[in-house]
Amino acid sequence: MPIGDEILLDVKDLKMYFPIKSGMVFQRKVGDVKAVDGISFTVKKGETLGLVGESGCGKSTTGRAILQLYRPTAGQVLFEGENLGDLRGNKLRKVRRKMQMIFQDPYASLNPRQSLGSIIGEPLVIHGLAKGKDKQERVQELLRIVGLNPYFVNRYPHEFSGGQRQRIGIARALAVQPSFIICDEPISALDVSIRAQILNLLEDLQEQFDLTYLFIAHDLSVVRHISDRVAVMYLGRIAELADRKALYENPLHPYTKALLSAVPIPDPTVEAKRERIILTGDVPSPVKPPAGCNFHTRCPMAIPQCSQFVPPLVDKGGRHHVACIRV
Amino acid sequence: MAPLLSVRDLKTYFRTPDGVVHAVDGVSFDLAAGERLGIVGESGCGKSVTALSLMRLIPQPPGRIVGGEVTFDGMDLLALDEEEVRSVRGNKIAMIFQDPMTSLNPVLTIRRQLSEGLELHKGMSRSQARRHSIELLRMVGIPSPESRVDDYPHQFSGGMRQRVMIAMALSCDPQVLLADEPTTALDVTIQAQILDLVKRLCVERRTAVILITHDLGVLAGMTDRLAVMYAGRIVETAPTAELYENPKHPYTIALMKSVPRLDEERREKLFVIDGLPPDLIDPPKGCRFAPRCFAVIDKCWEEMPELMRVTEGHNAACWVDVSKGRS
Repeated sequence: MPIGDEILLDVKDLKMYFPIKSGMVFQRKVGDVKAVDGISFTVKKGETLGLVGESGCGKSTTGRAILQLYRPTAGQVLFEGENLGDLRGNKLRKVRRKMQMIFQDPYASLNPRQSLGSIIGEPLVIHGLAKGKDKQERVQELLRIVGLNPYFVNRYPHEFSGGQRQRIGIARALAVQPSFIICDEPISALDVSIRAQILNLLEDLQEQFDLTYLFIAHDLSVVRHISDRVAVMYLGRIAELADRKALYENPLHPYTKALLSAVPIPDPTVEAKRERIILTGDVPSPVKPPAGCNFHTRCPMAIPQCSQFVPPLVDKGGRHHVACIRV
Repeated sequence: MAPLLSVRDLKTYFRTPDGVVHAVDGVSFDLAAGERLGIVGESGCGKSVTALSLMRLIPQPPGRIVGGEVTFDGMDLLALDEEEVRSVRGNKIAMIFQDPMTSLNPVLTIRRQLSEGLELHKGMSRSQARRHSIELLRMVGIPSPESRVDDYPHQFSGGMRQRVMIAMALSCDPQVLLADEPTTALDVTIQAQILDLVKRLCVERRTAVILITHDLGVLAGMTDRLAVMYAGRIVETAPTAELYENPKHPYTIALMKSVPRLDEERREKLFVIDGLPPDLIDPPKGCRFAPRCFAVIDKCWEEMPELMRVTEGHNAACWVDVSKGRS
C-alpha cells in the first residue's frame, strides 16, 4: 500500500515516569524513573516507523504507553484523531481493536494452558466478532494466513518451535483486523535462519492487510530493512528522526553516528576499512539523567552549552529531525 | 608447525528421556598459536557444547564425550584425570561466557573471584593476588580499580561485568581463550567496546581465540578463520575473507543472504531457509542440511558428505558444487 498523507498516530510530548518508592509501611515517593521523557512523533497510514535504541532507552515503554497499557504521565496519544488518554473502559477497548501488539518473547507471551484455537479465538470473543463455528473457521483461516497448518487448532504452544510460536502471536494480533500493530522486538528471540521467515511474513501481511507498523528493535540492520522512517531513542528521548535512507546514509546526531559505526557488518573487507566511534562508559541511569542533552556525558562533540538546556528536535530540512545543538 | 590445539572427530552426546542427542557429532579443527578462529552457527548446532567439551565441562551425566581426540600442547585433554584437567582449565585454556550476570558469583567480591585463579595456578599470596587483580582490572579499563576490586558483581553494569570476566579469563596468561557469545547479552555500543578490548589484548599477548557466536557481523572483523557449524557438524571452514567472499556450502550461502545488512539499501525480500534444523536424536542419514537445502540432489539423502577441499585452506562438506549451478 502506498503511504498516504493521512496521520494514523500522533504522539505529542509523551512522558512516562515510574515512581520509585521507599519505606515499608508509609511509602514515600523518592524519585522517578524517567523511562520516556517527552517524545513526539507521527505515524502515517501504511508506513513502518522503526524505533531503535539500546536497552533501557524507553522504546518498549513508548509502545506500551501508546496502547495505554501504562497510563502516560503526561502528553497525548492521538489515534485517528482521538485522544486515547481520555478513553476508559468500553470505549478504550473499542479503539484497541484497531491497535494490536506482537511481543518479543514467544515463550512468555502465549498461555501454555490454552490451545491455539483458544489463544487466537479469544480476541474474537472479547470484541464480539465471532463465536462458535464462525470463530473456529476464522481461527483456521488466520493460521493459514500466518503459514501454519489449520489442523493445529487444538494443539498447545509447547508443541511448537520459537518461530512457529511467533506466528501464533502474529495470528492473535491479526484476529481482530487491526490497522496498526506495534511489533516489540518480534524477532530478537529467534534464531538467525528463522528471523528472515518472520520478517518476510510481516512484510507480506502489511501489504495484504494495509497495516501500519511501529517496529521496535535494537538491531539497526533489521530496522533498516523493514522501516520507511526511523527514530533513534536515547535515555527516554528521540535523538534523531528521519527517512530511512537519510538516517543510514547521512546520520547527523553524534549518538546515531556512534551507534551505526558500532554495528558490525558481515564483510571482512568492509570491516577492515571502517572507522569505529567507540563510546566510552555506560548509558546513565534514567533515575538521574544528565542535565541538558542527556547524551553529553558520552558525546565526542560535547561543549559546555550541551549540559545547560535540552536540545529540541528540529527539522534540518527534508524531514530530517535532530536534537543536537552541534549539528 | 604443529597446531597448538587439535580437535579430531569429537563426539559429545547427551542422554535424555527421549533418546540420545548427538549434540556434537564428529567435529575436527586445528588452532594455531595466536590464531583467531570463529565458530558460527545457530542455537543447538553444537558450538557451545564443542567449547565446553574442550574445557571438559560437560555435565556428566547426562552428557558424555563419546569419542575423538583433543590434543593441546602435546597432551590429550580427553585422557587427563580431573586433577590434571584443573591445572589446564583456567590456566592454559580459559573461557568467557555469554551471560556475565550468571557467570560471576554474586556473594563474593570481585577480588575473591579474580584472586582464586592467581592463587591456585600462579601460587601467589593473597596480597600479591590482590595487587595483580587491580592491575588486571586496570588493563580491561575499569575506572578506579583500587576501590572497585572490593565491590560485588551487582555493583557493576553488564559491560563492566563482561570486562571483569575477561580480566579473569586472561589472569593466568592462557594460550587459548574460548569466548562463547561474549557480547550477545550486551548493547551494540558496549559490544563494540568489548570486542575491541578482546582483540587488542589477545593480539598483544598472542593469545589464540576461539570466538563462538551466531552473529556473522561480529566474526568478520574479529577472526582469521571461520568454521560454520550445522546440526553438530562443521559444514564449511575457510579463512574469514575467503568464506565471506566465496561461500560454498548452501547453508553458509543461505545464512549470509538471510541477514539484512546495515550498509545495504535493500527492499526486496530476504532469502529464507525453510523449515527447522533436524532433530539431533535421530538425525537424517545423509547430509543434515538436505531437508532445507536449495541445491539438494539424490546423493545428499543417502550419504553424509565429509569436509572436502575447495581451495587451499577452504573445505566444504557438500556433494554439490553450488557455484556452477548458481547465478
